[in-house]
Amino acid sequence: MADKGTAASLVTGNALAGDNYLNHTKGLRSWLFTLDHKRIGVMYLVSILASFLLGGIFALLMRTSLLSPTKHIVSADTYNQMFTLHGAIMIFLFIIPGIPAALGNIVLPLMLGAKDVAFPRLNLASYYCWVAGAIFSLLSIVLGAVDTGWTFYTPYSTTTNTSVVAMTFGALILGFSSIFTGLNFIVTIHKLRPKGMGWFRMPLFVWGLYGTAIIQVLATPVLGITLLLLIVERTLGVGIFDPALGGDPVLYQHFFWFYSHPAVYIMILPAMGVISETVSVFSRKHIFGYKAIAFSSIAIAAISFLVWGHHMFVSGQSNLAGMIFSFLTFLVAIPSAIKVFNWVATMYKGAIRLDTPMLYVMSFLFLFGIGGLTGLFLGSLAVDVHLHDTYFVVAHFHYVMFGGTVIAFLGGLHYWWPKFTGRMYDEAWGRIAAVLVFVGFNATFFSQFVMGSKGMPRRYYNYLPEYQIYHQISTIGSFVMGIGFIIIAVYLIRSLIAGKPAPANPWGGATLEWQTTSPPPHDNFALSPEAGDPYDLEAFRWDAAVGGYVKKSDAAVAVG
Amino acid sequence: MSLTTRLLDLLAGGVQSNPDGGFWMPEAASTGAPAVDNLFHFILWLSVFFFALIVGLMVLFVVRYRRRAGREEPEPSPNHNVALEVTWTVIPLLLVFVIFVWGFKVFLDLNTPPANSYEVLVTGQKWKWLFTYPNGHVDENLHVPIDTPIRLVMTSEDVIHSFYVPAFRIKRDVVPGRYAKAWFRATKVGEYQVFCAEYCGTGHSDMGTHVVVHEPGGFERWMTEVADFLNKLPPAEAGERLFKARGCAQCHTVDGGASVGPTLKGVFGHAVTLADGKSVTADEDYVRESILEPQAKVVAGFQPVMPTYKGKLKDQEITAIAEYMKTLK
Amino acid sequence: MSDTHSPHLAHHFDSPVQQFESGKLGMWIFLATEILLFGGLFCAYAVYRANHPEIFVYAHRYLDKTLGGINTAILIGSSFTMAWAVRAAQLGRQRALKVLLALTIACAFGFLGIKFVEYEHKWKEGLLWGKRYAPHAEGRAEPAADPAAAVAATPPAGVNAEEHTLIPPPARGPAGLAVSDHADERLHLEQEAPKNVQVFFSVYFAMTGLHGIHVIAGMALLGWILLRASRGEFGPDYFIPVDLAGLYWHLVDLIWIFLFPLLYLIH
Repeated sequence: MADKGTAASLVTGNALAGDNYLNHTKGLRSWLFTLDHKRIGVMYLVSILASFLLGGIFALLMRTSLLSPTKHIVSADTYNQMFTLHGAIMIFLFIIPGIPAALGNIVLPLMLGAKDVAFPRLNLASYYCWVAGAIFSLLSIVLGAVDTGWTFYTPYSTTTNTSVVAMTFGALILGFSSIFTGLNFIVTIHKLRPKGMGWFRMPLFVWGLYGTAIIQVLATPVLGITLLLLIVERTLGVGIFDPALGGDPVLYQHFFWFYSHPAVYIMILPAMGVISETVSVFSRKHIFGYKAIAFSSIAIAAISFLVWGHHMFVSGQSNLAGMIFSFLTFLVAIPSAIKVFNWVATMYKGAIRLDTPMLYVMSFLFLFGIGGLTGLFLGSLAVDVHLHDTYFVVAHFHYVMFGGTVIAFLGGLHYWWPKFTGRMYDEAWGRIAAVLVFVGFNATFFSQFVMGSKGMPRRYYNYLPEYQIYHQISTIGSFVMGIGFIIIAVYLIRSLIAGKPAPANPWGGATLEWQTTSPPPHDNFALSPEAGDPYDLEAFRWDAAVGGYVKKSDAAVAVG
Repeated sequence: MSLTTRLLDLLAGGVQSNPDGGFWMPEAASTGAPAVDNLFHFILWLSVFFFALIVGLMVLFVVRYRRRAGREEPEPSPNHNVALEVTWTVIPLLLVFVIFVWGFKVFLDLNTPPANSYEVLVTGQKWKWLFTYPNGHVDENLHVPIDTPIRLVMTSEDVIHSFYVPAFRIKRDVVPGRYAKAWFRATKVGEYQVFCAEYCGTGHSDMGTHVVVHEPGGFERWMTEVADFLNKLPPAEAGERLFKARGCAQCHTVDGGASVGPTLKGVFGHAVTLADGKSVTADEDYVRESILEPQAKVVAGFQPVMPTYKGKLKDQEITAIAEYMKTLK
Repeated sequence: MSDTHSPHLAHHFDSPVQQFESGKLGMWIFLATEILLFGGLFCAYAVYRANHPEIFVYAHRYLDKTLGGINTAILIGSSFTMAWAVRAAQLGRQRALKVLLALTIACAFGFLGIKFVEYEHKWKEGLLWGKRYAPHAEGRAEPAADPAAAVAATPPAGVNAEEHTLIPPPARGPAGLAVSDHADERLHLEQEAPKNVQVFFSVYFAMTGLHGIHVIAGMALLGWILLRASRGEFGPDYFIPVDLAGLYWHLVDLIWIFLFPLLYLIH
């Protein structure tokens, strides 16, 4: 108790001056070979944010080039490579590992009151698989950047002379990374829950990660075999997808989407989990309809495996197949709708604080609402024929993945930032940036709905002049969004040095991660915490002396 | 139109499709388009309703229940309500079921050509569409008569393309190795844009052409005129038309610019250096050989990638192209 | 208050039981991913076999049922020795454990050796996948499958084909190599050689090749386990690695048990 830092941490719950996972051991090696889930999570976080920056630069270059229908800053081939790299980097390097492997890695064991994930070595292996996959993917830029689109459709991908093999091999290794994370999370959730945490006492973020992990484990191997077949097709001429050799190129699409449609739920399910946590905490109210939200995560995970065919309504599959896939696609809309209603109902009669994470929650409900509802257009067979492969699909996808997942990721990043770093960020700038991103996003992508339904096909380098106004609005919006992200980067980095020390529980959350210091110690908890209702927010009250929330029972003990 | 479809159209409640397309849709010029537009607008208004409901409630709650001085704690309210939760599960379920059935019925109509359709063969290749009519005429634009069901039988020479006519609301992937089918019945005279909607490489965004819808009788007039152009036009002009219509212009420029293949400006009658170092004079025989056996004498500096036109161009057509080349000085 | 601290208990687990159950669950999930990995190939098999049963019926005769059968027996035998090895580890019979693991690995070598012989035959006869399919015929030359030519052979506009026909490449089945005792049947086969026989061999090499890679990975895994067993690391208190490696090995065998009838025993 002589340690000044430890003494301070007992009062406020801030451990920056004392022993914490960031300063527990020192030196580069202690990070590179760490088995601590928090450090692995931090390495993941830094890596995926770097990927996001790279993918974002490609996006802005594309948008700039599209300001004019025919005058460009890049050549057609370069443009094609840029949209491929934008897609592949954002999907495989950023958004799939985004919430599970970065945020989830740090938060999951904390939420379970555990010391680590079940297989720490596998966790580190997952990170290095990510690194290796990233190296191969980026190597493909040097070797002649891939120009196939991130979907690698055959036979284009087997005939183009760009480095498809390097990129797909990279994606294959990234698949291993994803499988390892998913496997680890399933076992962790099954076996490492603390006393008192039955399945329906788990925080909903854990339910989200659980659904995600199931998809990661069951869908990713199919992507693996698909990419392997593509690689041997290119290198050895196996011809399973080559019509000239009796193969079927549409089979590739079936395989690809058997993974890649569930994969969008790998991206959105944990995002929904983040929203479930934050909407409750910032409304100061118990989540509404806990079981419905939990079961809907699992329902989404299950149905997501049966809807892949809706990507092929115009590929020439039979009417019967179209009918079945369309029907199942509408079914998968229901659990998402249930979640949205529950989140709104949670706010009813709450005491809503409009801190930055809550702004992202509102932003999410608005954008994901549009993203989800526009899915109805695409799920409907007749309308999809017109909208398929137009900017309408691009806009829908970005509303769900960016407006949904990335916004929730940002919300989660701000929500847990004090826990990860022990510092508070600048709240005023946080709100300004949240609004800028929201406004810029809508300008960028809403205009794409309109031009898409007017017939503008996607992946177009030149376009007809009648679409120019929509493209210009879109490009200006993307710049606004870019400025928003620069602001976020600046104040978050600044907070690491100059941020106010964060208390253990700045927002008043009832999940277990808020019951350890900020940042947590190497072993997460000084004493194994007892799990209660994760949304019993009334057990906590604001303490001005601490600058954060404290447990009412603890305070009573202290007073007593 | 079946009774159910009629009922569903009624359900669309007065949002009858606008032939100009309105804010959202492009111009509508086929019999299939209004059905699609009706459904589109039905889903649109349904979505607007639910969106307004969700965002409206969210904003209302944020304003009303914002935490402020004197309102630090939430008011007690239940954590779940079975009746409410069942309601907001069942109502959306019924609504999406309506959308599903409606979408499927219109889809079947879009996919089922009438028996007496006029058939046009469509070939997609990087990066051009070619249309072959029953009499053997090949054109780079799709000419069709108004108010006639047209059935398209489509195939690809290389990678996957997708035939897309926004004004008709039809789209179909054209996959190599199999035949893709689509049909439409145009309702308005005019020219409509055709796009390639499946990414196919460098020239993907330029792989566009037009559907030309003729007034009654106009199509037959056009057909008699073009079908006989070899005999009616001077050979050089006929050659120019073939040059543009049959895919030559995709790889050969006529203004001296570089492309996939050598430019044809100022080539005829002059010596050409070949890949093996030899030289040959570009006369009628060489032109003919290069069209029928493109790999025989490849010009230095170019890849041997040109497909053969053996069986695709008649003698008279080759002669016309050679005549056209003579004019490119 | 902690249990007797086994040196094998990782710090983040509360008890050896929890650790053992975690490892076992993790392995089962991993096996599920393996099944799905092969699942893709089984789907491809099902699609092509359903669409072109004649190719499979025709081409499977070029596989050697006897060698395949011996290999099946070898793998089943190795599963038996593996299961026995796990038992030996649980009972702490060190010598039996080492012998049984060595036997399992020996079986794997035997399997790969026979597989090599089969592959070599196919290689010599040109019965290879897709583009490399160029069967040597007795007495007459067979045109090799040439994808460029096949693309050019796309039915030109003007052909009014009705159904989804796959473009016929010029490749034909290997005449004169049919393994058959009856000359009549052999003649029949020659005439009936369907199009796109290479599809069968593409599927065959993809499936058995991926399986072969898994056998090699299993051998490496078992080799490592044998090494640790020879150091006496396993016993009644700690046999998780042997158990998990065993599970993996059984899966590899199981996949072969599906591959053998699907590829060799078609009717």
